[in-house]
Amino acid sequence: MSDVLKRQKKIRNFSIIAHIDHGKSTLADRILESTGALTNREMQAQVLDNMDLERERGITIKLKAVCLSYRADDGEEYYLNLIDTPGHVDFTYEVSRSMAACEGALLVVDAAQGIEAQTLANVYLALDNNLEVLPVINKIDLPSAEPDRVKQEIEDVIGLDASEAVHASAKAGIGIKEILEQIVHKVPAPNGDPDGPLKALIFDSHYDAYKGVIVNVRVVDGSIKAGKKIRFMATGAEFEVIEVGVFKPRMTIVDELAVGDVGFVVAGIKNVKDTRVGDTITEAKRPAPEPLPGYRRINPMVYCGLYPIETQDYNDLREALEKLELNDASLRYEAESSTALGFGFRCGFLGLLHMEIIQERIEREFNIPLITTAPSVIYKVTLTNGEQLNIDNPSNYPESGKLDFVEEPYVKADIIVPNDYVGAIMELCQGKRGEFVNMEYLDSNRVTLTYELPLSEIVYDFFDQLKSSTKGYASFDYELSGYRKSNLVKMDIMLNGEQVDALSVIVHRDRAYNRGRVICEKLKELIPRQMFEVPVQASIGTKVIARETVKAMRKNVLAKCYGGDISRKRKLLEKQKEGKKRMKQVGNVEVPQEAFMAVLKIDED
Amino acid sequence: MTMQLATARAPRSLYIHIPFCTNKCHYCDFTSYVLRGQPVDQYLDALEQEMITTVETLRPEVIDTVFVGGGTPTVLTPPQMERFLKAVSTHFPLADNVEFSMEANPGTTDIDKLGAMRAGGVNRISFGVQSFDNSLLERIGRIHNVDDVYRSLENARQVGFDNLSIDLMFGLPGQTLEHLSDSVDRAMALKLPHYSLYSLKVEENTLFHKLYERNELPLPPEEEEYEMFLLLMKKLQEGGYRHYEISNFAKPGFESRHNSTYWRNEPYYGLGAGAHGYSNRTRHINLKGVQPYIDAAAVKLPRLETFEVSEREAMEDFMMVGLRLLEGVPVSRFQEQFPGQRMELVFGETLEKQLANGLMERIEENGDTIYRLTDRGILLGNEVFGAFITT
Repeated sequence: MSDVLKRQKKIRNFSIIAHIDHGKSTLADRILESTGALTNREMQAQVLDNMDLERERGITIKLKAVCLSYRADDGEEYYLNLIDTPGHVDFTYEVSRSMAACEGALLVVDAAQGIEAQTLANVYLALDNNLEVLPVINKIDLPSAEPDRVKQEIEDVIGLDASEAVHASAKAGIGIKEILEQIVHKVPAPNGDPDGPLKALIFDSHYDAYKGVIVNVRVVDGSIKAGKKIRFMATGAEFEVIEVGVFKPRMTIVDELAVGDVGFVVAGIKNVKDTRVGDTITEAKRPAPEPLPGYRRINPMVYCGLYPIETQDYNDLREALEKLELNDASLRYEAESSTALGFGFRCGFLGLLHMEIIQERIEREFNIPLITTAPSVIYKVTLTNGEQLNIDNPSNYPESGKLDFVEEPYVKADIIVPNDYVGAIMELCQGKRGEFVNMEYLDSNRVTLTYELPLSEIVYDFFDQLKSSTKGYASFDYELSGYRKSNLVKMDIMLNGEQVDALSVIVHRDRAYNRGRVICEKLKELIPRQMFEVPVQASIGTKVIARETVKAMRKNVLAKCYGGDISRKRKLLEKQKEGKKRMKQVGNVEVPQEAFMAVLKIDED
Repeated sequence: MTMQLATARAPRSLYIHIPFCTNKCHYCDFTSYVLRGQPVDQYLDALEQEMITTVETLRPEVIDTVFVGGGTPTVLTPPQMERFLKAVSTHFPLADNVEFSMEANPGTTDIDKLGAMRAGGVNRISFGVQSFDNSLLERIGRIHNVDDVYRSLENARQVGFDNLSIDLMFGLPGQTLEHLSDSVDRAMALKLPHYSLYSLKVEENTLFHKLYERNELPLPPEEEEYEMFLLLMKKLQEGGYRHYEISNFAKPGFESRHNSTYWRNEPYYGLGAGAHGYSNRTRHINLKGVQPYIDAAAVKLPRLETFEVSEREAMEDFMMVGLRLLEGVPVSRFQEQFPGQRMELVFGETLEKQLANGLMERIEENGDTIYRLTDRGILLGNEVFGAFITT
């Protein structure tokens, strides 16, 4: 057997699937620690989640891979590649690609809480990718742990054999060794032809200021080394490899990446957009006849406007977007302007979480206070003259006289839910203009409901409602299913008689009255009293369909001059002023940041 | 800096803080401690020491106004009161026509104490009455009742005080327009020369704040507070009182001269635990704890914090406090305090905006230009003051 083949037999590629808070990051840390990838001193809690935001939200946004070496009980040395995955429906495609780079997955389930909704979708992705799924019952040291009940649940709900599930506590370091042994013995070694034409799967990439784009790959056939000319099969772009290596977790350069290896490729690539997740890298001289299956071009599904609250931050905002784009192939942006908000950018995102993450990173890392307009999907508008337009901003919606018809995007949504909640979900989906497609029992307790839903309704407040109507037990996944004709209208909002373009929304005609009323009520609540009365109106064309009034401020004056404590007075007024800074002057009305999202965060009842 | 000190004008106003109370009112976040077990005599020793150190550091020429506040200065026993007042007049050169005010709680003033105050030079008393409704008084944590109010005013008059003021509060939890109307009528029936009417502000670190956070403080809504303010302004003006500052009303000649010092952004000495002072464009706050104050005063000025105020900040403060006086801010006074600066250049844009939105007006008087709040501006003062502040 050649050395390459010998090595290949010792490689184990795996990822970890877990619900938020079930201990994925802690387990990853322990595995790194116990394989000596990091000494205790180097250990910083939860190494894999290295953005503040990720840690705070307890989610992993950008996946990464770590290469570990482990001497197993059989005396042999194994190469374990741990591939971390993001855990949210916005990033389902990225998750599926990183799973495609693995042969196995650890399914981490909290011993007290059992399987939860989010886990399921990812387990099914793993099973779709033919991964060997190894259940791990975590937090075994909790007084409320019920490992036997949880094992039974894994068997009933997912249909996996859980008899050999490791009882672990990542926090206390219990069961780590057993987990590593199971990885070695149960996860298959990679298949693949070491002498075939190069095929390497891209599952992530990120931009490095010194090296350019660093591409994370899993080699499926052949090998890749410095000096080779490579081709990205989807984009056709070609580059010469400068170096290859692995993360241990520090970047470590190696001679070559062979079959089964997981590592990085540096090739002087300037733009992450050339390195699309799911694409196949091959050798330019000896290209593979076919790329690896499963590549999908991912397009933004949701658009919104991002505007600096302070006009002078516009250029900083552009720079922030440029920097974020370097690392985020799915982020799109272009300059736009709004009468109400001035100059800003229309940005495209994979979904709402992606949007919120970008927005928060701009505010936090770049310190630019932002106004985000309500997200919109892309409508296909056909004019009476036959011209077709794609509208991602309600302000650009043509007047009704010019419209022939409008189509809106629909998704096919699979919702997995305990059967107690089926009624609630059906009600929710019908309320969202959903069309029932199918219902299937997974077992005696779990049901998959399939609906066709307008994407705009999902963007609206579907997640929140789904969560609250199922106590968080539903898991949800969707994919675009196509465009349908729909009876849509543009609803405008007027503050103090002036139309505020940034507040316009496109809604279904049957819902316009209701939504108009709710938006006006919400705005009335959010807009603080001004020095004059402010009417808040919703209208379709010239017809006002809802109206509320923000009453004028009557009294706002401080009383005492506490024994000459001028600084206290000053602080109070400074605080008042600070509050105003978070507001945007629209006409002569001061509108708080949240108001522009008001159209979203509403309970419609 | 030394040059500045040498040429600086010494304050002509003096604030002294007595940080003790028999109990803590539910809305109060001033520096005050429950009296029981406090080293009051040592505190008075320390206060005297601070007086000595203060006049050594910045020698006063003459003191026009003294204000003793708290806490409750009237918790001092008559002998304590006597020695305290003696110390004031020993260390500070009081003008012949000095305005010497002391805050008093109607529950802690008997005729002996009032006599000691009078004898010690106090010539103006500000009673913290707050309301003429016993159940409301109890609700806000006051120890006195309405009878105490009448009794102490009677006693004060008996020992010779005629410059008397009472504080009333509005916007109190559970207070109605009728409550307030009744309190104002009863207060005015006393025919005092001065009234202060404060709206309640819920401050952090008070019982009221805790209740407020828990949604258990039934404050009157903004509309009602507005009606209350309108009502009391109307009643007092009809009674011949001049509304001279946002919260203050007086018969002509009885305006508080001490408080006007603050409102004109002029310097003042501040002594005692937690006291604030302003001189040489420097503000200070004294140590707040009784014992830390006592310990520090023995060896130095017992400061918690001292910070310089930039000219810009001082100009902003000038507007912020000056506009509280309904007479307004004369351009000439601004120029006096900030030589080389002109109000209309420094704040041109803000002034224009406030004039345009009807919260301020400009008048010409005796060759001077004066900016002041309009009637509407009085109600929305914070909007105006805030406009002059840059952060």
